[in-house]
Amino acid sequence: MTAPLLSVRDLRVSFPRRDGGRINVVDGLSFDLGRERLGIVGESGSGKSMTGRAILRLVRPPGRVEASRLAFEGEDLTTLSERRMRALRGARISMVMQDPRYSLNPVMTVGRQIAEALRVHTPLGRAATRARVLQMLQDVRINDPERVAAMYPHEVSGGMGQRIMIAMMLIPRPSLLIADEPTSALDVSVQAQVLGLMDSLVRGNGMGLILISHDLDLVARYCDRILVMNAGRVVETCEARRLGEATHPYTRGLLAAVPRMRETRAELPTLDRRAWEGT
Amino acid sequence: MSARDWLLDESPTSRWQAGAGRAYAAARLLLRNPLAVVGGGIILLLVLTAALAPLIAPESPLGQNLSNRLLPPSSAHWMGTDELGRDIFSRVVFGARITLMIVVLVAVISAPLGMIVGAVSGYFGGWTDRVLMGLTDIFLSMPKLILALAFAAALGPGIENAVIAIAITTWPAYARISRAETMTWRNSEFVAATRLLGASHARIIGRHILPLCASSTIIRVTLDMAGIILTAAGLGFLGLGAQPPLPEWGAMISRGRTFILDQWWVATMPGLAIILVSLGFCFLGDGLRDALDPKGQAKS
Amino acid sequence: MTAIALRGLNIAYAGTPVVRDVTLDVAEGESFALVGESGSGKSTVLKAITGLAPEWTGSIEVLGRPAAHHPDRKLARVVQMVFQDPYGSLHPRKTVDAVLTEALAIHGIGDRDARVEAVLRDVGLDRRFRFRYPHQLSGGQRQRVAIARALVLEPRILLLDEPTSALDVSVQAEILNLLKRLRAEHRLTYLLVTHNLPVVSFMCDRVAIMNRGRVVEIAPAAALHDGEFQDSYSRQLYAASGGNSPMESAGR
Repeated sequence: MTAPLLSVRDLRVSFPRRDGGRINVVDGLSFDLGRERLGIVGESGSGKSMTGRAILRLVRPPGRVEASRLAFEGEDLTTLSERRMRALRGARISMVMQDPRYSLNPVMTVGRQIAEALRVHTPLGRAATRARVLQMLQDVRINDPERVAAMYPHEVSGGMGQRIMIAMMLIPRPSLLIADEPTSALDVSVQAQVLGLMDSLVRGNGMGLILISHDLDLVARYCDRILVMNAGRVVETCEARRLGEATHPYTRGLLAAVPRMRETRAELPTLDRRAWEGT
Repeated sequence: MSARDWLLDESPTSRWQAGAGRAYAAARLLLRNPLAVVGGGIILLLVLTAALAPLIAPESPLGQNLSNRLLPPSSAHWMGTDELGRDIFSRVVFGARITLMIVVLVAVISAPLGMIVGAVSGYFGGWTDRVLMGLTDIFLSMPKLILALAFAAALGPGIENAVIAIAITTWPAYARISRAETMTWRNSEFVAATRLLGASHARIIGRHILPLCASSTIIRVTLDMAGIILTAAGLGFLGLGAQPPLPEWGAMISRGRTFILDQWWVATMPGLAIILVSLGFCFLGDGLRDALDPKGQAKS
Repeated sequence: MTAIALRGLNIAYAGTPVVRDVTLDVAEGESFALVGESGSGKSTVLKAITGLAPEWTGSIEVLGRPAAHHPDRKLARVVQMVFQDPYGSLHPRKTVDAVLTEALAIHGIGDRDARVEAVLRDVGLDRRFRFRYPHQLSGGQRQRVAIARALVLEPRILLLDEPTSALDVSVQAEILNLLKRLRAEHRLTYLLVTHNLPVVSFMCDRVAIMNRGRVVEIAPAAALHDGEFQDSYSRQLYAASGGNSPMESAGR
């Protein structure tokens, strides 16, 4: 097997506490990612979003990122200069955020924003850029790319906004896409479309995907492998298909706590956090 | 259990403890800011000086002694004497009372007035908002000093009228602030929930909206204090504020203007007092902004 | 007896119609769900019942009495609401105690200390939380406080607007269990608005599915077990929510 796309060893993200000490929100995380789809699942405060940000070095001070190894395509991300890092972000690693309405510039047309994303990393002629933009919009299944390219972000729906975000993130053809709760602001019917689309693009281009979510079912459906995080640590790693056979009490507890469509239980089991937090 | 533990208890057992703990947390935040401590110190000094003026001042602020006219600063007269032989230090010390009175009166009149107008305007919106904000804008669009001048001239010179004139010119700023603040809370779920409990509009404005506007208004008032003192001094300087022989700092500068070239201390000493107190309020205001800002506090 | 009766209800926001011709009955003691995607007008129906959305025509009756076009003090004793956002629904500068005491003070109800303690016990918050500020509480704890605020006036009907959608799944389970227990203990009527069909399956007896301001179908919640919906939109929503997925039928 070739070297992994992304290799993370002992990643720690810490923030200062009020009493002067530091608290690790990500505490010794290690994983390797090939050209596959990895899901990171956890509840709020589990450190899953910070992991995504730490990989892109987007953790702002006073937050601090440490890792004994953080390598992307063989390049050490911890020692890269900020300038090289900027060139890498977007071009080779992209990130899709939760709510498209806050991630798009409200005073720039959709087409220009996507063109901008491309131009920063791959300078092309005006006509060639435009052709790529329209092609990309078509790839994210926007039927009328010419019209949509001329629209402003407030004129598009949530689902279309998120598809535009994906277009913007994928147009420089990165080799890794990090998606942080990409659909939690969307309606269920649109969720499936957006995720299906992201999935086919990632697989079609042979990219790596890190899908960060609180939704176990969703991650199980769209990923190959799952990391379950709790309080900054990975409590369980398993293949997505075998999520039902998870052994850790936290994972089992999370699975059981979700109401089901064919619900017959009179009461939902709740997590007994003492079982694994060792207090 | 120490007093500190009691104050910082995550699970207070009474209303009183919860409130005290909150005040303590804000005070600690304030004390961590060196400028705020300096500002607070200056204001404290002002208050103490005003309260203990008769004990601090070596001489009467009004007693004339024509044989001691225009003496330069010395060990007998720390800040020298003025054209009527009065000890300038004593006058500056007694002047603190007048300054403090003006500042407190203006704050007490204009801040609540502005807050209520702004909160009512922002909460109801529509026509209420248009009428009240129109009124506010009229006051806001006039130059402060000129408006105060007009009022003082119409009402007659004197400290009380100067206070009223200044208060009338300062409230619109607080109305604007609390309106903006109110608009951010007006549609929040807790306001809706409180309405559903059956609370009247007056109750929601008074108990829910105004407390949220209070911190930004307090900050603004503190920062405005310097301007208020300067306006009061300006009115005094123009002869429309405190009347002689009252030791108001602005009026004192005005009197000293005649001798500014040869007897510089007569105008400079009260000037220094004005600068010091204004700075004190500015520092304290900046510190308060950091300590009281609800967004800043939510993070910590 | 009918707890909530809506007849030909039309609701507008600043002149734009949002809800059209909604007619439904919620029986007393029933747990009824309004389901739909964003923009379907489901939350607006709750707002109209409470008077927070005053631009409505048609008729709304609560326990046989016509509802007003503004929040009503008398209605407050009968109907209360729990909101979606546990962060926005509590005043940032008021302690839990102040929030609950105020409700009692508005209605001049005495014996406040005992009532506040009792309602906190009811929602599973122990007395340590009574004098805390919202920023000292977790999302789940805040939602318990919001439920306590709704319950302290001892209403007979609770309107729930996406009460768990902002919460983590493990916390959601706790709150759903709490709501279920409270309904049984206090014989409450629930009108629950949600986009989450499995939550309906757990909590409710009947469900109305809304699309673009209209109720397209009213079905028993048991229809969620086999997806037996008449309307094509209902079936579509059911499928998108994972209703037909093999994982679901296997029951995990």
